[in-house]
Amino acid sequence: MRKSFDPTTMLSHITVDKVGVEERVARFQTRSIKSESKLQGLKMVLNMIDLTTLEGKDTPGKVQQMCYKAQHLHDVHPGLPCVAAVCVYPSMVGTAKKALSNSSVKIASVSTAFPSGQSTREIKISDTKFAADEGADEIDMVISRGKFLAGEHSFVFDEIAAIKEACGKARLKVILETGELSTLDNVRLASDIAIHAGADFIKTSTGKIQPAATMQVTYTMLMAIKDYFDKTGIMVGMKPAGGISTSKLALHNLVMVKEVLGNAWLSNDWFRFGASSLANDVLMQIIKTETGLYQSTDYFSID
Amino acid sequence: MDILKTYKIYIGGSFPRTESGRYYPIADATGKTLANVCLSSRKDVRNAVVAARKAFGGWSEKTAFNRGQILYRIAEMLDGRKGQFIDELMDQGISKSKAEKEVEQSVDRVVYYAGWADKYQQVASSVNPVSSSHFNFSALEPMGIIGIIAPQENSLLGLIELAIPAICGGNTAVVVASESYPLCSITFAEVLHSSDVPGGVVNILTGKVAELAPALAGHMDINALVSCPLGELQTSLALSCVENLKRNFIYTDPNRQGLNFITDLQEVKTTWHPIESIGGATSSY
Repeated sequence: MRKSFDPTTMLSHITVDKVGVEERVARFQTRSIKSESKLQGLKMVLNMIDLTTLEGKDTPGKVQQMCYKAQHLHDVHPGLPCVAAVCVYPSMVGTAKKALSNSSVKIASVSTAFPSGQSTREIKISDTKFAADEGADEIDMVISRGKFLAGEHSFVFDEIAAIKEACGKARLKVILETGELSTLDNVRLASDIAIHAGADFIKTSTGKIQPAATMQVTYTMLMAIKDYFDKTGIMVGMKPAGGISTSKLALHNLVMVKEVLGNAWLSNDWFRFGASSLANDVLMQIIKTETGLYQSTDYFSID
Repeated sequence: MDILKTYKIYIGGSFPRTESGRYYPIADATGKTLANVCLSSRKDVRNAVVAARKAFGGWSEKTAFNRGQILYRIAEMLDGRKGQFIDELMDQGISKSKAEKEVEQSVDRVVYYAGWADKYQQVASSVNPVSSSHFNFSALEPMGIIGIIAPQENSLLGLIELAIPAICGGNTAVVVASESYPLCSITFAEVLHSSDVPGGVVNILTGKVAELAPALAGHMDINALVSCPLGELQTSLALSCVENLKRNFIYTDPNRQGLNFITDLQEVKTTWHPIESIGGATSSY
């Protein structure tokens, strides 16, 4: 049965202390990580990446190539994990499905008129159903930011609930596009709405708008997940996406997840990075940690 | 009141302190401390290489003429601050006449390479005779990032003699300044900074050669290593260069000026272009 929106019980009505968030986030960035743990952390990061291509110029060839990379990150160095998933447009799900048939890598598809979300409910639902029918394991939807900012919270809630229904077995990630929400209070509010409407994951950004996944925003969303878990015992996943292109930033994010939510979230079932260039930087760091030599992009695959 | 200058390093067009937070003192001839200078670390080398790689695309794609203009601008700015460089050299114990000569020559070298910027390509490229119907020509392309270990003596002139031809040819550079006389290198960075040289094209680090040179030699993203003789260190650096087949140039001759300082740091690209015949009476050319 589809849930209906009840602001009094569902929203935390918490106002976010921006200065406090910034201070807490700054502390996550000062943790000293020893090289042995760093290596484990980097491998964990690799295993949490949603390798992403979301461009107008995407072709089946590009997607096939990316799917190959998802399974063979850097074959000259054996023993590396593969990424968690590939993330593509609905029209490319079929191609990705075929390319990943014998692999543990999942297929995530964006939907609901990504990235703007400016379309009708019917189109968004059929967009989602199409992606799910093509074989997507995960659906990344965008919320209607215009409606949200206009205060039509029940519209946003109902839309997420409807898409959740259309997903079938696929897990639903809800993109808040925090770069358009202006304040951390709005981020918290949107997180609460998405979580209560049935999101399996909440995700920061489409990657098309700056700023994207800043640590402040991710922290605010992690706190929403924590409060919901404390209240209900239900886990919700988190996916920062956009702007995380260095290993260092990725490790800071892992530290934050561990300290806010705990070890249970340190797996790609509950935490993902949406990124296109992060994987290469992490690979270069892994090789650097093992050989002591700083690496060059010349020796790693381009996509 | 005297204001003591803080000598920082030059990375990506800004003047950060070394990430390691370490310093070493530079004393004048009488043993009085002149300044504290950054003792850069491997991580500063890493940051400098990232900055140099970022700057490489834009710099190498500028027109040769424009690079010449910018080099000439460096010479102008250097000339305008002659007095400061001479004083700085003298503070570090160099005689007045030597200091003046060194700064004069430094300006001279920059003008020399500014002139070469849009000419070396014509002089060093070639159209090659081949025995098939191809138009075959070889042209130069910059190598990429050049790691430079400036000589210990002639701290200003030496740095200029190794770094300027590298950037003249469209490369970007990470320079380790003279360990014992580092002051002019950072003042020269200020000259670069005010001469339309894009940030990251030249990056200058101060510190121990024995610590920084191996980091340069082992770095996979540096395409060539340039130095003057370095004694015992030389062999281990050469071995590190093997890892990514980095070119390793050691200039032993103290006279360091010439076209080869540009062309050594260029790759040659040869193109075979199918065509009927070249240069004959019936040629379409």
